[in-house]
Amino acid sequence: MEHEEILHRCFRCGYCKLPGNYVDVNCPSYLAFRFETYAPGGRMWLLRAWLDGKVSASARFADILFSCATCGNCVAHCAFPEFKDRLLLVFTAGKEAFLDEGIAPPPVRDLLTKNQIHGNAYGKPARQRTSWSEGTDIPLFSDQEYALFADDVTAYDPRGQEIARSVARLLQQAGVDFGVLAGDFRSDGNDVRALGETALFEDLAAHNIKEMNRLGVQKILTLSPHSLNAMKNDYPGQGGKQQVFHYTQALAFAMKNLKFKTGLPEIRVTFHDPCYLGRHNADYESGRMILRAVPGVKLVEMDRNRKNALCCGGGGGNFFTDLLSGGDDTPARVRVREAAATGASLLAVACPMCAVMLEDAVKTENLENLLAVREVSELVMDASCL
Amino acid sequence: MTAELIQRLSKIVGPRFVSNAAEELYLYSMDPGTMPQAYPDAVALPKTAEEVQQIVRLAGELKVPVVPMGAGLVLSGLTRALKGGIILDMKRMNRIIKVNPLSRYAVVEGGVAQGMLQAYLKKYHPTLKHSMPDAPPIATMAGNMCIHGSGHLSVLGGSHSDMLTGMEVVLPTCEIIRTGSCSVSPDWFGRSPLPDLSGLFLGWAGTTGIVTKLGIKLFPNYAFNDMLIFVCEDADTMPDVIFRLTGVQVAEDMTPWMTPKPDWAKGFLHINIAFGAHSKKELTFKRNLLQASVRHYIDRKTAGFLPLPPTQKNRFLKVPSPDLARFADLRKGGGFEYVGAMMAIEHFPEAYRAGLEIAEKFQVSYSLGARIIGAGHAMMFFFAYAFNRADDEDVRRASEALDATNRAVLDMGGIPWKAERPAQVQIMEKMDPDTFALMTRIRATLDPNHIMNPGNWEK
Repeated sequence: MEHEEILHRCFRCGYCKLPGNYVDVNCPSYLAFRFETYAPGGRMWLLRAWLDGKVSASARFADILFSCATCGNCVAHCAFPEFKDRLLLVFTAGKEAFLDEGIAPPPVRDLLTKNQIHGNAYGKPARQRTSWSEGTDIPLFSDQEYALFADDVTAYDPRGQEIARSVARLLQQAGVDFGVLAGDFRSDGNDVRALGETALFEDLAAHNIKEMNRLGVQKILTLSPHSLNAMKNDYPGQGGKQQVFHYTQALAFAMKNLKFKTGLPEIRVTFHDPCYLGRHNADYESGRMILRAVPGVKLVEMDRNRKNALCCGGGGGNFFTDLLSGGDDTPARVRVREAAATGASLLAVACPMCAVMLEDAVKTENLENLLAVREVSELVMDASCL
Repeated sequence: MTAELIQRLSKIVGPRFVSNAAEELYLYSMDPGTMPQAYPDAVALPKTAEEVQQIVRLAGELKVPVVPMGAGLVLSGLTRALKGGIILDMKRMNRIIKVNPLSRYAVVEGGVAQGMLQAYLKKYHPTLKHSMPDAPPIATMAGNMCIHGSGHLSVLGGSHSDMLTGMEVVLPTCEIIRTGSCSVSPDWFGRSPLPDLSGLFLGWAGTTGIVTKLGIKLFPNYAFNDMLIFVCEDADTMPDVIFRLTGVQVAEDMTPWMTPKPDWAKGFLHINIAFGAHSKKELTFKRNLLQASVRHYIDRKTAGFLPLPPTQKNRFLKVPSPDLARFADLRKGGGFEYVGAMMAIEHFPEAYRAGLEIAEKFQVSYSLGARIIGAGHAMMFFFAYAFNRADDEDVRRASEALDATNRAVLDMGGIPWKAERPAQVQIMEKMDPDTFALMTRIRATLDPNHIMNPGNWEK
């Protein structure tokens, strides 16, 4: 297994379970299950035991491995410099080793099969990837500055499609020069890679890169931070040469072009940092810059914000596989309770997966009368003169 | 038996929080130290004292051992199930129940982590703090209390068990009892003036009951904080230096340390002295008192204070410090364990030399140091040995060094703290026989079914 030479170096001190300010458990899978096995240190020790023949690969072991949301909290807060940078690489390698053995939780297997056969997590045709923009005046990509890439959720999930339309309309109004990528595009592959299916990821990436090159794309705007992460950090290794931005990064500097309604009442908003925008790509400000520019918005912070943010539990493929569901302390439920505790009436998100996860959690927690989840673009649209 | 056990545990805490899967049994069979594995039959994660009570009732009925566990960071294997049974991972019981800011105490559940209380106080009661151990922040309050831990306010307030104001405990016979003022009053202010039953559960390694709530003393969180590092070369002077520094009664924490790395530190004996104040003027006054207390040595030019740049000072003042966990990576091997010896401060030179000799003899990477308890009333002298977890020979050397250290400590009049099973045997050999007989009678009375963490504190 790749990186196996560092497995024994984990002391299991537990810094990885917490945020930097220690307010509460911050590892999504450990929060949901609370067995030591579900914490990063537990995974390290179990993988070592497996390689040493002391523990067998099993369905439970697979659940433990694949429930990692790859949020990067462990990387951010592990006490051991350099070693910590390889934690997620170790877990991905462990998942890859399990896949090589043919052992994966059924939902993971199904997700990877859909990606293999259809090129996306929903098993839908590639030609439907732009159906969200049909019937609108949102332009397709031709020779604009930016090409807008819709990930699987914004392309195929009804809620995701709403977000895609909202973002696109807002970018239009803000004067951002873009067009929607249309063509034979497939999943960005970020979650496929996180699930350890490296070869499939490379296929997806190579296919998308070839298609982008064919269309002459030089700058990509992504709707999802997951796409941002894959295309910015992993595609170059597959030959990708495009510059990649999350849409909030373009919008943040175009906010001055928007006109807002007058007399808007003050509204308390708290921002949920998406893991793949925040911890993975160190952008904690674009979303906040946008929110601060909206009249009436009073930004309040949750105890766990920026590098300490609690993941919604949707990363690492868990949005599709749902391995973290079922208890009172799923990350999304804990997160909306934390958001409500700030006194905010709006929870702003900048990731379609986070939006769906947290909206579901608000309903489960019966917080609908106190807290609404709004994607950042929707919140801006509500206040603008559009 | 196991199937029935799992089924009935599931009814108590819910199936999500019970496991006898190979993965959990493996991971809960050991801690990060050198003690060999001991497999439990099941792991359960209770949420309430009532669930703990029901589990203990079930264990009594089935004659199955119960081993309470906090973060499992004791390093000396006290949370291993030496005779099998159920490990109770207490960390779901993590509510901070109340803080009394005027009487300066907090009441927390048995699974609350040190870091969580620190964060809670910082947010809601920023003028208060509690004594954090050097353990990582996920270490639990109750676990540290039950092993007589110490921390960064131990010069000020003594060992952590001295800061205990009361407990709620599930007895092996299933009653939920309270010790201290909370047994009579709604207030958890202290253990006097009642017969002090708290001692029945402190230092017993979970063999007498399961702590589900505890009250702890809080202290002023000063606006201004500072750190001095006193350095000398002669170990024989250390007891007197400690005596003088503690005599002025201004330090919150004093931690001598002696390590071969970094190179500039080798051969020197350092004492970190942390102190705080409400104002800069008060801070200067306290600094002057500390400096004046050891003027004798400075004037003789045999010792002095180390100049510290502010960045370095802040690093030393960080509580908890991840630097301590990083000792585990010294040999790129993910392991260390230490003997923490409680002893009188006059044994400092002897302990220091013994540590160097043992490290040399067993060829182990070491770090030596101490935490002063109270006004120099005692110290916890630690002999820490790093090992490479992937190298059995290295682990064996560390284990032998630890064993030799335990013997050396007992020979010089100290007592190994949170002693692992082999060290317990060494202690019991030295213990007054009538005292040990009383311990055994008390335990048999409290735990007639002999289900609580068996294998510990018994011959």
